[in-house]
Amino acid sequence: MRTAYLDTLYELAKKDKRVYALISDNGAIVYDKYRIDFPEQYLNLGISEANMLGMAAGMASCGKIPFAYTIGAFLAYRAFEFIRNDVCLQKQNVKIVGTGAGEVYSALGPTHHATEDLGGLRSLPNLTIVCPGSPMEVKKATQAAYEWEGPVYLRLGTNREPEIYEKDYGFRLGKGVMLRDGKDISFVGTGSILKDVLLAADLLEQKGVHARVLNIHTLKPIDEEIIQKAVEETGAILTVEDHTIIGGLGSAVAEVVAEYGKPVKFRRMGLQDFSAGYGSYAEVKSMNGLGIETIAKAALEMLQ
Amino acid sequence: MDTEAKARELRKKEFKIAHYAGGGHLGAAFSVTDILSVLYFGEVLKYDAQRPNWEERDRFIMSKGHACYALYAALAEAGYFPEKELWRVGKPGSAFGGHPKMYDIPGVEASTGALGHGLSFGIGIAYANKIDGKPSHTYVVLGDGECQEGSIWEGALSAPALKLDNLTVIIDHNKLQAMDQLDNIVPMHPLGEKWKAFGWNVLEIDGHDHTEIRNALLTRKKDMPTLVVAHTVKGKGVSFMEGVPIWHYRMPNEKELPILMRELELTEEDLKQSEAGA
Repeated sequence: MRTAYLDTLYELAKKDKRVYALISDNGAIVYDKYRIDFPEQYLNLGISEANMLGMAAGMASCGKIPFAYTIGAFLAYRAFEFIRNDVCLQKQNVKIVGTGAGEVYSALGPTHHATEDLGGLRSLPNLTIVCPGSPMEVKKATQAAYEWEGPVYLRLGTNREPEIYEKDYGFRLGKGVMLRDGKDISFVGTGSILKDVLLAADLLEQKGVHARVLNIHTLKPIDEEIIQKAVEETGAILTVEDHTIIGGLGSAVAEVVAEYGKPVKFRRMGLQDFSAGYGSYAEVKSMNGLGIETIAKAALEMLQ
Repeated sequence: MDTEAKARELRKKEFKIAHYAGGGHLGAAFSVTDILSVLYFGEVLKYDAQRPNWEERDRFIMSKGHACYALYAALAEAGYFPEKELWRVGKPGSAFGGHPKMYDIPGVEASTGALGHGLSFGIGIAYANKIDGKPSHTYVVLGDGECQEGSIWEGALSAPALKLDNLTVIIDHNKLQAMDQLDNIVPMHPLGEKWKAFGWNVLEIDGHDHTEIRNALLTRKKDMPTLVVAHTVKGKGVSFMEGVPIWHYRMPNEKELPILMRELELTEEDLKQSEAGA
């Protein structure tokens, strides 16, 4: 995802001198090509997330389009008030790019996990929130974030995410994507865990259960229509996210479902607490209740 | 222009704003009034009130946003909007609140109020103007209590690293914070020495002496941001407010009001006039 992001940023910076990469001393090596070719559109501000966000807002007020990048956990928590007051309150055209979505920095531990970022940031007015599910989607989301005039939080993983799309598709901010159709239950996911959700849907398929898989890549504004359709057509929704179940995708979908008012079976999967344990990303997800088989099992339980 | 006379006019307006709003941070506003008077009316800040978005304008950011009555008064005096707007601050339908919001008010360059934000925002502006080669200078006023915020020191490290010689930060050093003297809470001295150690071109002045203020605001040093420690008196201009912490946020009572009016040279008529204008 990081490479996909940087490739896109590189092209944007080449075409538009207003595009500016700000980093808080993270990802220096992956920025090598960018900073060699566009030294005047690059700045490593050192370890100072609050200062970076305040500065980004000031630069945006002068017409720049800053892409402020570092580990999402540090952006969303440390710099929260700067995102709120300096970026969102006055709708500054700043792109806030957080890496290490969810528990992807698995063995680095919970200080580096962005597992409450969506819950916090989703409450901020004027902020568009995008969690791409694959490298191809990162490219499209980065382009869309650039084209959207206003604050965007772009939630990236790291560099090992598999592709979830077999072919090109149309990406629009605020419009969910049906990755797979099915009538028995709808999985609703966001971010790179969608690959696991698709694999869980495969397991269900073997048992004769046809699951729909929806990708809510834009958490805010959320695509209400695709969720309402899932309520009508499948009668059961299981949200899956690498994030606490409070405030993120599950909560956002629950809000839509509750206000829609039609009967539906509904369950949220995600973290119940800080993630515990160390290991590979797959291992840590599994330890924290987000293994592929656990996801499939939860769906089957709902249908019993 | 006689900036001393302007400062007297600004203090009158600041009190009138508070009078009609029913409250406000008067001590902080009076503390910084002389600095704003010189900045806006002493041929320091380059601006055009008729073109608030003029690209080459200098920028002024009131990071200690609670002192915004001084900013509102200066902007009205400079012609950014009609004076009568001042008499409706904090009322339904007014764009003016107890802390300033950019885009809602012509001439306000940053939304401030939460302390510790204006410096980084100003650094962003100064940096953008520097890389674009624009001849614009950025001024930021910080409170001395505000310098207890950690983000201030992130900015203090950042501006010298970026060689922002188009940035001047003024600390309104009145030695008081909301509840008491800084020295009784978190002492900040030696304030200038701290910034000097961080790589700023530091000047120490009497923040009520207009000649010293003007000289400091026009000082530039190649490749270095300038930091002006302006020694001020909180509540300056009203004897019973000067240096007394309680006037961070308080209005005069019936006994105090006549003294304030006499010292600011405000008449009953002045207050009625503003009522009529509201």
